[in-house]
Amino acid sequence: MAGVEETDLQRNVLTTTVDRMLAWARRSSVWPAQFGLACCAIEMISTAAARFDIARFGSEVMRASPRQADLMIVAGRVSQKMAPVLRHIHDQMLEPKWVIAMGDCASCGGVYNNYALVQGVDKIVPVDVYIAGCPPRPEALLYGIIKLQEKIDEQGRQGTRTA
Amino acid sequence: MSELTRETLTINMGPQHPSTHGVLRLVLELSGETIVSCKPVIGYLHTGIEKEMETRTYHQNIALTDRIEYLASYFEEMAYCLAVEKLLGLEVPRRAQYIRVILCELNRIASHLVWLGTSALDLNASSVMMYAFAHREEYQEMSEIVSGQRMMPGYFRIGGVQWDLPEEFFPRVRKFIDELPRRLDEYEALLTDNPIWRDRHIGISSLSREQALAYGVTGPVLRASGVNWDLRKAIPYSSYEDFTFEVPVGANGDAFDRYTVRMAEMRESGRILRQALDGLPEGPYITSDRKVALPPRPELVRSMEAVIHQFKLVSEGIHPPKGEVYAAVESPRGEKGYFIVSDGSNKPVRVRVRAPSFSNLAALPVMVQGEMLADVVVAIASIDIVLGDVDR
Ligand code: SF4
Repeated sequence: MAGVEETDLQRNVLTTTVDRMLAWARRSSVWPAQFGLACCAIEMISTAAARFDIARFGSEVMRASPRQADLMIVAGRVSQKMAPVLRHIHDQMLEPKWVIAMGDCASCGGVYNNYALVQGVDKIVPVDVYIAGCPPRPEALLYGIIKLQEKIDEQGRQGTRTA
Repeated sequence: MSELTRETLTINMGPQHPSTHGVLRLVLELSGETIVSCKPVIGYLHTGIEKEMETRTYHQNIALTDRIEYLASYFEEMAYCLAVEKLLGLEVPRRAQYIRVILCELNRIASHLVWLGTSALDLNASSVMMYAFAHREEYQEMSEIVSGQRMMPGYFRIGGVQWDLPEEFFPRVRKFIDELPRRLDEYEALLTDNPIWRDRHIGISSLSREQALAYGVTGPVLRASGVNWDLRKAIPYSSYEDFTFEVPVGANGDAFDRYTVRMAEMRESGRILRQALDGLPEGPYITSDRKVALPPRPELVRSMEAVIHQFKLVSEGIHPPKGEVYAAVESPRGEKGYFIVSDGSNKPVRVRVRAPSFSNLAALPVMVQGEMLADVVVAIASIDIVLGDVDR
């Protein structure tokens, strides 16, 4: 290493693990599946529209096909009739994949404690981030996405999610 | 070969599909690309709201009504409150009636903007969608100033509204209606003469006057088919008779006429808003009937009677007399009605919602019969259904 100062190395070379690299890449472009269910979906569209601009967080690419997405934002209430469909779509998504339960209905059934609704989408798919609100404000959804990014980072650091 | 050509293909569209505007499922039978039959399958958003309402008091139910036709929450509250007020035989103060009109008309514009944005997006005109949603944000902010929530306001009360309109609301709404015609001109400049927009809309998914009436279609879809029927004119409620406005009517009943009717409706809403703001009467914003509305705060410290009323209302709610009522309003999608049965207790025995999206959706199969598969997207967008309203 003649001629190369130790400090130069530190400045120009970054050492990391493959896991962390992967996590960095993944969390910077979480593509949501376009999956609006009810009222919350309107706020999700607002989040994607001009004012809140979800593109600032790398999630503007809403894919209509679940096979091209890695995040499912369950925006709205999930009825018993919809539940198998939702599960099916989740199964179609490729690993690694994450789920955000947006709104009270998706998180826990919300105001409806009755025969028609699944009391929280975590009964059928694993949920990573819950967002409270009826409907949550766009800022809340963005905060949820940031939380998910932190989670992906953390998984990369610990190497817990390798798929 | 002749055997082959006669065969039809059945395909499934939805419930997860980017242009069904929610969780609608269509089973389409195709011959080539032409639609032989179309069968909507609904219920994917069935929430049991009507049943849920039977377990809550009359005041609590206002919060549930918001979540049915969630793009037009103020109309839901209005229809529900009108029905309960009819049951009670209650007179609503004029100021409250005007406030309700102001918020409903703002809501109508916002709802039509969502329709405009999403139907343009379906044809890949994404800039219109961005403009429309940015425009709608102004309504959302006003709604937040008034009620505290961007959507789901819960602002109307039986007998009036929750509180008076705040001061900072007025300059905003004035600015909104001053800018409205210019903004609408902008959207029309982008769409009306756009060859793609015209080709995809003119003559598509037509519904004749007779068909529209036979299927119980209401709202802009009915008016586009040439029927001049608007509940605000036909059976005026909440002081609509005070305002001068036109009811835009189409001639051909196709998707393009629905577009022009809705655009014209937004302008008319702007006119109504201006009149309502100019003529906003002074006075109370909620009824002074203590059996229905909460007593004002200052009264609570002075009068024992007020405390009792407050306690009764909060713990039990109102007890309307036995009977059945139906009240309807003209929502952005058509006739939104509430049928309520009361047995004299503090909870309704049955609430039935007359959902405009539901009956408008019923006409979809005849609209798309014999048309191309790609036109189904335009047809769905042009009837502007809200699945929460269809399934409840
Ligand atoms: S949480 Fe509220 S806004 Fe979201 S789907 Fe449920 S009722 Fe609608």
